[in-house]
Amino acid sequence: MSYQHFRVILIRLYAQFVKELLCILRDPRNRVVVFVPPLLQLLIFSYAATLEVSNVDIAVYNQDTGREAQEVVWRLEAARFITQVHHVHSNTVLREQLAQGKVIAAIAIPSDFSRTVAIEGSGRAQVLVDGRRSNSGQIVVGYLSVIAKNIHFTADPTPLPETSVVVRHWFNPNLVYLWFMVPCLTGTLAFFSALMITALSIARERELGTFDQLLVSPASTLEIILSKSLPALVISTLLALLMISMAIWFFRIPFTGSFGLLLIGLILFILSAVGIGLVVSAISMTQQQAILGGFVIGVPTVLISGFATPVENMPAVLQWLAQAIPLTHFLVIIEGSFLKAMPPGDILASLWPLAVIAAVTLTMATVFVRGRLQ
Amino acid sequence: MTSDMDAAADPSISTIATPDNAAVVIDQLNKSFGNVHALHNLSARIFYGCLTGLVGPDGAGKTTLLRILIGLLKPDSGHATLAGFDTVTDNDAIHVVSGYMPQRFGLYEDLSVMENMRLYAQLRDMDADHNTDLFAELLDFTRLAPFTKRLAGKLSGGMKQKLGLACALMARPKVLLLDEPGVGVDPVSRQDLWRMVQVLTDEGMAVVWSTAYLDEAERCESVLLLNQGKLLFDGPPQDLTAQLEGRSFRLENVGAQRRSILTEALNLDSVSDGVIQGAGVRVVLRVGVSTEQIQALADQAQVHLVPVPARFEDAFIDLLGGGPGGTSTLAERLPPIELGSDIAVSCHNLTKRFGDFTATDNVSFEVRKGEIFGLLGPNGAGKSTTFKMLCGLLKPTSGEAHVVGLDLRRAPGIAKAQLGYMAQKFSLYGLLSVQQNLEFSAGVYGLDKVTRRERIAEMINIFNLRNWLSAAPGSLPLGHKQRLALACALMHRPPVLFLDEPTSGVDPITRREFWTHINGLARKGVTIMVTTHFMDEAEYCDRVAVLYRSRLIALDTPDTLKKNAANTDCSDPTMEDAFIHLIETSALADEAEA
Repeated sequence: MSYQHFRVILIRLYAQFVKELLCILRDPRNRVVVFVPPLLQLLIFSYAATLEVSNVDIAVYNQDTGREAQEVVWRLEAARFITQVHHVHSNTVLREQLAQGKVIAAIAIPSDFSRTVAIEGSGRAQVLVDGRRSNSGQIVVGYLSVIAKNIHFTADPTPLPETSVVVRHWFNPNLVYLWFMVPCLTGTLAFFSALMITALSIARERELGTFDQLLVSPASTLEIILSKSLPALVISTLLALLMISMAIWFFRIPFTGSFGLLLIGLILFILSAVGIGLVVSAISMTQQQAILGGFVIGVPTVLISGFATPVENMPAVLQWLAQAIPLTHFLVIIEGSFLKAMPPGDILASLWPLAVIAAVTLTMATVFVRGRLQ
Repeated sequence: MTSDMDAAADPSISTIATPDNAAVVIDQLNKSFGNVHALHNLSARIFYGCLTGLVGPDGAGKTTLLRILIGLLKPDSGHATLAGFDTVTDNDAIHVVSGYMPQRFGLYEDLSVMENMRLYAQLRDMDADHNTDLFAELLDFTRLAPFTKRLAGKLSGGMKQKLGLACALMARPKVLLLDEPGVGVDPVSRQDLWRMVQVLTDEGMAVVWSTAYLDEAERCESVLLLNQGKLLFDGPPQDLTAQLEGRSFRLENVGAQRRSILTEALNLDSVSDGVIQGAGVRVVLRVGVSTEQIQALADQAQVHLVPVPARFEDAFIDLLGGGPGGTSTLAERLPPIELGSDIAVSCHNLTKRFGDFTATDNVSFEVRKGEIFGLLGPNGAGKSTTFKMLCGLLKPTSGEAHVVGLDLRRAPGIAKAQLGYMAQKFSLYGLLSVQQNLEFSAGVYGLDKVTRRERIAEMINIFNLRNWLSAAPGSLPLGHKQRLALACALMHRPPVLFLDEPTSGVDPITRREFWTHINGLARKGVTIMVTTHFMDEAEYCDRVAVLYRSRLIALDTPDTLKKNAANTDCSDPTMEDAFIHLIETSALADEAEA
């Protein structure tokens, strides 16, 4: 290829790049779909979508007047996850409170509780949990048993060796939910923005009739794909970097890994999303179809990626599928970079699948866009 | 001019033009959408038993008026009555006495013909099972009886319109409003529609036929001519054309020099309008001027000048103050095109199949350099498919297409740099400004920075776009949009220009301006490929390829095609007559083969 030829290609690419960027930034639909949700969701999800249980009410029917029973009530009242302890004076009221959903758990302390603790070293109290809120209920039971265990220790001055289990969480010692949530959201939202920008790109041109005009120009299919990928890559990468810096400086999540490797991972990850988006776009005839297609692909992808539930718990087939999803690998990289100080070797183990997926999706995009010319 | 005055002037229509016979009374209607004044102080009457044409270019306000009459829109001020009912206060009654056929196919494509008809009957509170006679009558009337089981989506354009008409006629309306029924319908089906509408008006129904084709206006008994929301004329079309009596002439058999003669004619003070018509040039003189100048031009070119009857389009242009000048500033700035060979575009046994449907069947032809070559055919005849293969948008199933001797499949980049393309819709980037659109077109054709700047400045000058540079293309007036599209297509000075239905829906003045540029380009040696379903536009072409049912059924000059269609019934056939003649003979040949 001569220098002159190469220069002409560069001119063509530059013209298309500018056009694409202007279209993305000026299209009100694009702006809403691409930019608003990531930033809004980052804030909403980070604060609202939490698996911690806090701000719950609990009812207590204390039939015992002894010291141990009183100790239990005090500890409940002091517990941070409980907003209010409702003291009731009959089993009926206790059940009512639970049935009406006023409290998530109801504790009935029998009249012989203190005595039994004094004699046998441990006592029994009845805990009723609202099964309608099963997830939160189970977590509350967990919290309550920790409180009970602590009482047992203080009640019994001689420590028992078999119960001296101390749980220590690695990487996130206080189990701050945000620390896990924000890096994952960064990956998910970057994925969606890259997917949507590209899914809309060809579909928009086709709907408005400019795609034919582009196809009759000397720009080759490869140039068209390149000029559609680059702006999406630039915008999504910047968006992801913005979210990462928010994670570091706004949410104060410790960043312990290598930024360079994270950036490489990010670029490969977004390229693979761009490929998927282009395939969706090549198939869609209208922008509406493209947006719908983006969600049809995007939502299951996020679910299988291990964002919400661990991949290891899925059936074997889905575990295989998860390996083909770019988000799965990127979540490993970004979590590792934030919390684990993941060594480069481990990051590379997730980088090469990303590179393979990006190569496959971009090749598919080329094939599909070419196929459109038949 | 009011209709009462017409009645006095022309006794033949006095029977329909009595005020108490008015089916529709429009009084001082105004309607705006944002800044756009869609209807401007409109007052008119439409009569029973009369086919009234609602004529005007796109954006004239035709659909807005029809939607107000049918009660779908409320006017900003003024009022209208339909069959005596006010369109706003008696909205429910309007739906009972009127039938409406919207511009876009308003039926369910996934239902069969019969299912659609039953649904419409039920929507009108009619018992479908007790109306089999009515159904049979409507099916017979529309000649759809053999197709009752076919899905509406699979009907041809003409059959869809007929089904729409059948459904609109279901409740025996007193007033029938048809919004552009002729669009997307081949000439044969269009004749059918005219025939059916004629029967209906004979029965006393008031029929409104809206159209952007000015030649259709001449077939109406009365015409409301709209332009930019204003009523330009109300009355029988003959009254309007009569005003141009003795002002229309044709320079006969001008032949190869007709484009330069047209330019010269249009530049004469005494000529208000002119177009190419086959091998001749048709001119309209200004009011009260002598034929001296045009006769001198005819003598100089050694051709005959003959008077011809005025057309409705002549009158329309005259009402608007005449057509644009004849000199293309664009072509003047362009250097003559040099090509290696005389053949600019060629195709050989071009075939395209989609599944088991053949869209283009074994089409071959050659287009010479500097020729204006037309692809003519009804919707679905394969002209779009053929056209798309020629400019590289579709890959042929078999056969070859060459542009300037280059195979579009083997050297797509180089071949594509040789062609300019203007699509049917204004396919400019609506999100980019005019300036950015120009820059994009220059860039995507790989022009370097200096050339880019030169060409863009040149186009801005030629097409007078300076005041619009930062505007969005969508906000430009129609004429400017067309100029911008042409500027973008010509930025790289292609030797071959592809135009896909370039002037559909465009007003006649913009269309003339556009063709002035095209004629100028052809004189500079640019080869023009154009698809059109405007029959009179085919007359501007040097040669016309007529496609029908995927096959090339004729390829000749417009004059020869017309001459072949001449018979005892019709001594001076129009392009449309020629087209119908061709289709009929081709259908006969098909039957003979089978």
